[in-house]
Amino acid sequence: MTSPLVSIRGLEKRFDLSGNLLEQITFKGGRLRRKQEAVHAINGVDLEVQKGEALCVVGESGCGKSTVARTVMGLLSPSAGEIHYGGQRIDNLEGKASLPYRRKMQMIFQNPYASLNPRMTIQQTLEEPIRFHHPDWSTPQVRDKIHEVMHSVGIDLDWGSRFGHEFSGGQRQRIAIARALAVDPEFIVADEPISALDVSIQAQVLNLLMDAQESRGLTYLFITHDLAVVEHFGTRVAVMYLGRVCELADTKTLFATPRHPYTQALLSAIPKLEDDRPNHIRLNGEVPTPVNLPSGCVFHGRCPYANERCRREVPALITTDGGTQVACHAVEEGRL
Amino acid sequence: MALLEVKDLDVRFAVRGGDLTALRGISFSLDKGERLGLVGESGAGKSVAAFSILNLIAMPGYIAGGQILYKGRDLAAMSERELRKIRGNRIAMIFQDPMMTLNPVLTIGTQMVEAIQAHRKISRKDARAIALDRLQKVQIPSPGKRLDQYPHELSGGMRQRVIIAIALLLDPEIIIADEPTTALDVTIQAEIMDLLLDLCEQENVALMLITHDLGVVSQVTQRMLVMYSGRIIEQGPTREIINDAQHPYTQGLINALPQMGEPGQRLFQIPGSMPSLKNVPTGCPFHPRCSFATDQCTRMMPEYVRSGNVDVACYEVANLIEQERRMQEAES
Repeated sequence: MTSPLVSIRGLEKRFDLSGNLLEQITFKGGRLRRKQEAVHAINGVDLEVQKGEALCVVGESGCGKSTVARTVMGLLSPSAGEIHYGGQRIDNLEGKASLPYRRKMQMIFQNPYASLNPRMTIQQTLEEPIRFHHPDWSTPQVRDKIHEVMHSVGIDLDWGSRFGHEFSGGQRQRIAIARALAVDPEFIVADEPISALDVSIQAQVLNLLMDAQESRGLTYLFITHDLAVVEHFGTRVAVMYLGRVCELADTKTLFATPRHPYTQALLSAIPKLEDDRPNHIRLNGEVPTPVNLPSGCVFHGRCPYANERCRREVPALITTDGGTQVACHAVEEGRL
Repeated sequence: MALLEVKDLDVRFAVRGGDLTALRGISFSLDKGERLGLVGESGAGKSVAAFSILNLIAMPGYIAGGQILYKGRDLAAMSERELRKIRGNRIAMIFQDPMMTLNPVLTIGTQMVEAIQAHRKISRKDARAIALDRLQKVQIPSPGKRLDQYPHELSGGMRQRVIIAIALLLDPEIIIADEPTTALDVTIQAEIMDLLLDLCEQENVALMLITHDLGVVSQVTQRMLVMYSGRIIEQGPTREIINDAQHPYTQGLINALPQMGEPGQRLFQIPGSMPSLKNVPTGCPFHPRCSFATDQCTRMMPEYVRSGNVDVACYEVANLIEQERRMQEAES
């Protein structure tokens, strides 16, 4: 196997909740106590993104999928672990050294109403990244580049003089994609790029992303909660739960034979057109808070197959016969 | 007689520069215990339709014409006083965001008791007993404890269960649910939908479900309406529409779903987007995006034609039906 384009190794990210020292100190039972709390958003994630693929990360809200995206992009710094791009460690780079990687990696955000600067015209929005990364380009060169990306995402050239608020959600998302493509990136992180859009517009944007992948040879890290989109779009899928990857497999394999009990429940919960009644696997309870992580397997509280070992010991990702990587004691022991 | 019958409902919003028509000629009916789905993309007018049934549209919106007959009485012509006896009592509503519907400074119990006492002369203690019973019905863990908790102490899924319990407090005949699971995760969404479905069947409550999710509609409802730009463009039995949609927009909507496409291939896409209310195209509002559009479509809104058990407003479908009829005539 060739070396991966992006590799995430032992990634952890905590968000401190307790504030400064004075805020941490409480007076309880006649004694001063110091209490520290943190949200454990990511707890040891290892992922590799191969060149040319679309790796989808799915999970429910609070599972840490967006934090993974932001950490890979360098928008957040990891609490532990490393991010490598093309063999080079990038999470510790600063200033000038990180510039080439910032050009090669671009991000598309969920909400196109928030990700476009309301005071910039579309022309300025598209020009800014090009001028920043290619300060030596002449004005006609920049203009040609802008026209090229506008054309490739299917937006009108005369939109250039207009502002973001004049456009609908789908059109804004096209502009956001054009901005990401303007600096010829190799790798795009898309964080729920279509979940704010209507069904008919979702299809348009998804098609656009697939066209761009084909014509520009892009690699995607695609974050979403929508499994139907994953089945259509993804090369491989990583299912996350409470900051850990619980299953990683080829899209086809995952949808045909989900191994982890959480993946099974998640897949059965998708409302399908063929069904005239819901027939999903019922899980007990709800997702626990990432502030106090459960011991052992993070899923054990809701898992119908949990036993003593699951409550005690954290399962590691193991590779099964089908090539699926799954973190589950029940699968490992052959109980499932 | 249908439990609820909406006839030729027009809803307009009075804004500077003239009225915007949000709903035009909406007609449908809901029988006792029936589950009806209202589908459309944002801006289609599905929420306005739901809100107008209980006359919950605030100015500048107003009901400009038509009737909303609940057991033969016109809700649109009713006084606010009379209407209040029906709202939350005979017809209950569930909204999208549970945090917006629950009062953050009152406990769940207080809010539930308040709702009961607004409609029935009953002691606080008895009202609390009813509240507890409904919380048990929605299978909330430790229901007794929940009565004394505040909304912020509950998770999103639990809050939506409380909302459903409140809707059930006074044994309504109709529940109108506006995107009840859109704010929730898939696994929680599936649980809440299950619950709503079970309860409606047990208590024989009619459900009007507003959603943009065709998957949910196909699992839960018996009949469905498809809305586009303030009009119903197709209505009929859910199975029939999902399996064999007639209107080009409904077909496009179904085919645009990722689950309908071949993995890795381009999805079917409807070009363009829904027009804003400020400039609704003349004739059929879908014609600028429709691949079957002809001159006729740009001039006049098509009448409904019946295909199987489905009513469709489309010239193309009407022409096909007409052709078929002629062929059959020619044969005989």
